[in-house]
Amino acid sequence: MINEILFMNGYGVYVLSAFIFTLLSFTALYLVTKIQFVKEQSKFVSKFGSLNTEKANSAKLQKINKEILANATND
Amino acid sequence: MFKLFQPNRIFQITSRAPKYVLFLFVLVLSVGLTEALVFSPEDYKQSDAVRIMYVHVPAAWISLGIFSSITVLSISGFIFKNKNLFLIAKSLAPSGFVFNIIALVTGSIWGKPTWGTWWAWDARITSMLILALFYAMYLISWRIYENEEKVFKISTIITILGIVNVPIIKYSVDWWNTLHQPASINILSKSSIHSSMLFPLLIMTAAFALFSLLIFLMKYNTELIKIKNKGLDRL
Repeated sequence: MINEILFMNGYGVYVLSAFIFTLLSFTALYLVTKIQFVKEQSKFVSKFGSLNTEKANSAKLQKINKEILANATND
Repeated sequence: MFKLFQPNRIFQITSRAPKYVLFLFVLVLSVGLTEALVFSPEDYKQSDAVRIMYVHVPAAWISLGIFSSITVLSISGFIFKNKNLFLIAKSLAPSGFVFNIIALVTGSIWGKPTWGTWWAWDARITSMLILALFYAMYLISWRIYENEEKVFKISTIITILGIVNVPIIKYSVDWWNTLHQPASINILSKSSIHSSMLFPLLIMTAAFALFSLLIFLMKYNTELIKIKNKGLDRL
């Protein structure tokens, strides 16, 4: 059964290489996007940490900033 | 209406959605791969080589769909002076480009056993290659230009020029003699593909659409955080 699936009447090498290329492309794109996201998120957290209390409180007034910080701590 | 989709309002959803979309994508992809590689029948003419269709066709469909969406969003962003629409378009582009490359590479792999060649300057393949170049130009324009107004204008021009190519890709098999067969799936008339092959094809298309949604959400969130980072600098 497994041999049949892998061999595919002699077309296995073409079929599997097409599927493997697709899955590898997905993995690469996912990892690159994830790395970019984590990088920006950490940049935000470190910038936020360097703000004085007044500025930090003013930044926290924006809901989206609070959300980014909450997500960063959850991750 | 645009106020409903303001980044500040939707970030709560877009920041939490990726983990659920990822779970759904893995689930649908697993079903799709099992159907495509194990349960779907072989073709009477192409034998098992037909299974390449389950990655090649959805990738081509989604890359065309994403480019069309990018064009509509860019033009709308330009007309309504809405920066968020450009941001959505920019976040869609990477997955569209990767799907275009997947369609070209898997098409090339499929060409070898069926046509006896890895590449031919056939109308559809050439027009898909041109679409990849437009995607590349679009992505590069966002990297090159710092000025927002300039990048909005140039990226919109690229999409308007590129969209001319989309109907050419679609109808190339009808307008010219190409190695590709005419469309087997029609929305308005009866499809010539058997349901045993249509079902896995639609599942794989759903999986690919979920993947592009996942990448879009992650990219969109990254872009929003980038903007907020600049906002912190200005405090």
